Amino acid sequence: MAYLDHAATTPMLDEALEAYVATAREVGNASSLHASGRRARRRVEESRERVAAALGARPSEVIFTGGGTESDNLAVKGIFWARRDTDERRRRVISSAVEHHAVLDAVEWLEQHENAEVGSLPVDGSGRLHPDALRAELAEHGDRAALVTAMWANNEVGTVQRIGELAAVSAEYGVPFHTDAVQAVGQVPVDFAGSGVAALTVTGHKLGGPVGVGALLLGRDVAAVPLLHGGGQERDVRSGTLDAAGIVAFAVAVEAAVKGQQEYAAGVAELRDDLVRRVREAVPEVVFNGDPTDRLPGNAHFSFPGCEGDALLLLLDAQGIACSTGSACSAGVAQPSHVLLAMGADDDRARSSLRFSLGHTSTTADVDALIAALPGAVERARRAAGARTPR
Amino acid sequence: MRVLAAMSGGVDSAVAAARAVQAGHDVTGVHLALARNPQTYRTGARGCCTLEDSRDARRAADVLGIPFYVWDMADRFHADVVDDFVAEYAAGRTPNPCLRCNEKIKFAAVLDRAVALGFDAVVTGHHARLGPDGLLRRSVDVAKDQSYVLAVLTRAQLDRSIFPLGDSTKAQVRQEAAERGLAVADKPDSHDICFIADGDTRGFLAQRLGETPGDVVDATTGAVVGQHAGAYAYTVGQRRGLHLDRPAPDGRPRYVLSITPKTNTVTVGPAEALEVATVRAVRPVWTGGPRPSGPVECEVQLRAHGVVVPAAVTVDDGTLDADLRHPVRGVAAGQAIVAYRPDPAGDVVLGSATITG
Repeated sequence: MAYLDHAATTPMLDEALEAYVATAREVGNASSLHASGRRARRRVEESRERVAAALGARPSEVIFTGGGTESDNLAVKGIFWARRDTDERRRRVISSAVEHHAVLDAVEWLEQHENAEVGSLPVDGSGRLHPDALRAELAEHGDRAALVTAMWANNEVGTVQRIGELAAVSAEYGVPFHTDAVQAVGQVPVDFAGSGVAALTVTGHKLGGPVGVGALLLGRDVAAVPLLHGGGQERDVRSGTLDAAGIVAFAVAVEAAVKGQQEYAAGVAELRDDLVRRVREAVPEVVFNGDPTDRLPGNAHFSFPGCEGDALLLLLDAQGIACSTGSACSAGVAQPSHVLLAMGADDDRARSSLRFSLGHTSTTADVDALIAALPGAVERARRAAGARTPR
Repeated sequence: MRVLAAMSGGVDSAVAAARAVQAGHDVTGVHLALARNPQTYRTGARGCCTLEDSRDARRAADVLGIPFYVWDMADRFHADVVDDFVAEYAAGRTPNPCLRCNEKIKFAAVLDRAVALGFDAVVTGHHARLGPDGLLRRSVDVAKDQSYVLAVLTRAQLDRSIFPLGDSTKAQVRQEAAERGLAVADKPDSHDICFIADGDTRGFLAQRLGETPGDVVDATTGAVVGQHAGAYAYTVGQRRGLHLDRPAPDGRPRYVLSITPKTNTVTVGPAEALEVATVRAVRPVWTGGPRPSGPVECEVQLRAHGVVVPAAVTVDDGTLDADLRHPVRGVAAGQAIVAYRPDPAGDVVLGSATITG
């Protein structure tokens, strides 16, 4: 079994799993006033400090959530509502065309239900956003802008954006800037305060923590209207009983991922470069997608001309190799990647793509297994794309 | 063998896949997404194209421990089945979309892709027998028999098909599903047409073809006896819903005898005028042995779940003609004629063709 889908989810770190189990054994609601409650609260607050320290934020800027999708929704909708409430005209949400659906669909929902207007920033052929495009957008619509949202690193093609430059442009116009950094934390250096962003999404299961817990880092002076109403546990911006065990494990994982980032990135990039070189040797006509240098260290993304990605996935899966075609609809149908389409790829290239993503448990043996299976799978998939058996 | 099990989310295809696993095959489950937007088609347990069905299929695959994927066949399905269905009605014929789906999707687009990907055969939950002799036979459960909608398959298609359910009744299949812990054991049967959400075929056609009012003409007198909103909404042999302005002179019921798209006319007449003794059909397929050079005595079925009539059938490259031993009513162009050879071990499908008149 070669698991080459770490960008979808990566195995939990042992220390995170142990911290989870140890905390989950303890009873206590962090909002309770007695000793058990205080113990749970202490675990949560210690975790908040660890996350804040690892990511360059203040503890009060860490809002624990149920993961990346919730953090993105809270940032996009919450900041939109807060900005519009203070100034009726601020109804424009500016996002890039290559965002994750957690952002794209939240923006689309605002457009359909909250009378938002949408500004979509183009990317170049490598998936990169250019500060000039944002500057042009804000020069024209800055007085109506509620927020800008752009991901730190792309989940599909791995292109890393120059978030600091983009956030600086946004700051010139006084518009809060949110970034979805779920793919970036632990892979590239991420510093909340240093980047100048107003809000940042991070999630546990992409960096060795559990699924279902994450955080929105929200600048102290940035207002957001809550999505979830109730006990107001998290700065009155997010309600729900605090998941102490999940939060503790998340904090352990964030700390470990950030501390080990440089060494991890160097090692995994070397393995990834090896994978890319060998895939190119095995399938010379392959197209490598995304930025060649400014990319996530574990990400390799290709289009295989003449193949359908879902056929390749099936064939590799049968050989014990796990990879990804991008997103699928709720029924499970593979969709052509909106990211590749935004990068100027045609429908065929978008449908023929596969992502291999390496992580902290990846080895040369995983790459060996892929290279052994790939040429045969590509040949088969190519035949299947034009197949008609005689009858 | 490496086989691909087409899993609709219903009980039949789940048990068929289970039996393929039990027979020792290396089975992969595939659910076909046929709706362009999965929520627009029939919801609930009656159709074949919903999110619930895709989930049910996935859960059955989980229980069987086989890999499972969803294949997007929506565009092909629309072009080859839905658009064809509308065009056939517009041309005054009565299509059978299940038959067309077997011919063009399940045992063509899906089978072709499966073979190219290295699979040896496709497994489905159709109620029909296909033994080592390569002959397609009726299911032991005559009421559930689906050999009629499979008779369009060619030799090459049958050679790569496996129908594990033909020796079982539907009741046995349901019981086996329950014993195997498949949650779909008591899921209601699908029926009607999966892509017509509310079962209103006439409304579905009207939406696509628009209102085209025309005359309903009595075949005996030539008189205009009523108006219709679109000739495509009628099928030969239909009695209900004619909305005739006046009763026939003899006071007996009137039936649709023919539909003429060119003049947008629906012709009605008495029951006996519906009777035909010869049937002409095109695009013949002959899989029950070598194609006969002269007339062959057999039985023919002229619509799904229709009666069986003794006949002498003559077939050549492009046509199939049947002389019926006694006349039958309600033979509609567009339906299939299927020739069977009676056999105690299950009537054998000899061949089929599309009725033209």
